Amino acid sequence: MSAKPQVPALEGWFTMDAKPQLLGSRCVKCGTFFFPKKIHFCKNPACDSETFEEVPLSRTGKIWSYTNACYKPPEPFIAAEPYEPFSIAAVELDAEQMIVLGQVIGGVDVSELAVGMPVELVLEPLFEDDESIKMTWKWKPAA
Amino acid sequence: MTQEIAILGVGMHPWGKWGRNFVEYGVHAARAALKDAGVPWQDIQFVSGAATMRCGYPGYVAGATFAQALGWQGAQVATSYAACASGSQALAAARSKILSGECEVALVIGADTTPKGFLAPAKGERPDDPDWVRFRLGITNPSYFALYARRRMGLYGDTSEDFALIKEKNSANGLNNPYARYKKAFTVADVMGSAMVADPLHLMDICATSDGGAAIIVSSLDYAKRIGKKNPVRIAAISTVTPTFSSEVVEMPDIATDSSVAADSHRFRPALAKKAYEEAGIGPDDINVAEVYDLSTALELDWYEDLGFCERGEAKNLVRRGETKIGGRLPVNPSGGLACFGEAVPAQALAQVCELTWQLRNEAEGRQVANANIGMTANQGLFGHGSCVIVKR
Repeated sequence: MSAKPQVPALEGWFTMDAKPQLLGSRCVKCGTFFFPKKIHFCKNPACDSETFEEVPLSRTGKIWSYTNACYKPPEPFIAAEPYEPFSIAAVELDAEQMIVLGQVIGGVDVSELAVGMPVELVLEPLFEDDESIKMTWKWKPAA
Repeated sequence: MTQEIAILGVGMHPWGKWGRNFVEYGVHAARAALKDAGVPWQDIQFVSGAATMRCGYPGYVAGATFAQALGWQGAQVATSYAACASGSQALAAARSKILSGECEVALVIGADTTPKGFLAPAKGERPDDPDWVRFRLGITNPSYFALYARRRMGLYGDTSEDFALIKEKNSANGLNNPYARYKKAFTVADVMGSAMVADPLHLMDICATSDGGAAIIVSSLDYAKRIGKKNPVRIAAISTVTPTFSSEVVEMPDIATDSSVAADSHRFRPALAKKAYEEAGIGPDDINVAEVYDLSTALELDWYEDLGFCERGEAKNLVRRGETKIGGRLPVNPSGGLACFGEAVPAQALAQVCELTWQLRNEAEGRQVANANIGMTANQGLFGHGSCVIVKR
């Protein structure tokens, strides 16, 4: 295990706790959730609000669909050598009524996934450089 | 219902990986279209270009670049960029000028030179750009296509063989198309045996990127009549509507859909078709032939449902029964589609219209659809850009 500090690969996109949550925003006028949170104008055409509050999103959901990356994606993806294929899931969050993409935790093959399967959000390394390990959110099949 | 305009001529440069300047392909296509129309270049009053983002500044001002290459002659000029719908937006610009009386005859043109491999975003650290973020996380264009494909399998029981059947059909169609890049018949077994790229999609399920160029000469119906064009193919609809909030399906390059807590969710692709049908005053049952954007084999099945050719979940039955083959009830992608062309972004929507024009004129040698009188195109690209065009005769 590396002694390097763990830092978020995308600053401010999620909490770094043991039970991590994605950080979205919610329109104070119409209640629509947004992820990523950086938003200046509500995207609801019936709403002209420019005021949002930061909200942690549900950390569990159901798989809407899934796939994997058999080949190394192009930059700005930073791959470990040798490249390890990983799975990807699109996950429906009930409360927010939205679908969020993300990698699936390492070592989970697509054959172990299914549409409708419950998953939870965890943090895992995305890549590391000389200074730190860059962490990201990943979906983990619920026990 | 919007008024119609005439298609006087169409032309293309063969698709491939030629590695030459995109302007060469565009000029080749333009000269072919002008010849087909029987209209001298000096008579063109408006040049409507579809931009390319990969060929430097001349690509950003494609309309002017092509006009200069053909020889400055004082025409009005404009350039449109709308990802995969660029050609349709350029066509819509020409239609507006023609119908408003600002011009009578126009050249609509798009061409591209593409790099090898995955399409990648611009360089630099740009976490505010969703396109940059999804690539940083390892989510490429095929990832999205594969998510849609797997969703079909989970919901409707589609199989990898169903997807491979699309490739088999399209590759058979493209065999005799002189403009197609890939002219080889592939079987279901070939597709299933090719390398897995993004499960459940194999290499042969996913379209490549290509060089190519396409051009169309359009005019008012009155102008067509004056130059002796009897019964030209006409454009009955051009739909370039945006999606409606909130999004039901996660679209490139987004990392999440909209939340639908405050507004019902909608699908984008059917919205494009709905507007086109309204504009043309027809419905899905009236369509004889279609060119749809098979970025992946499975996506062609989504389009069958989104365009109303069948109920949702039923598309697999159309392909299994051969209904969308040439000779079937509603042939789709008689050109061979992206499966045989590979995508040349600013030229692709125009290439779809070129193919339908040949089909409706009964000139699609080796791939002709019988009794083709009304045709429809459909495509969709990044950032809520998409289009449907309806042509008829």
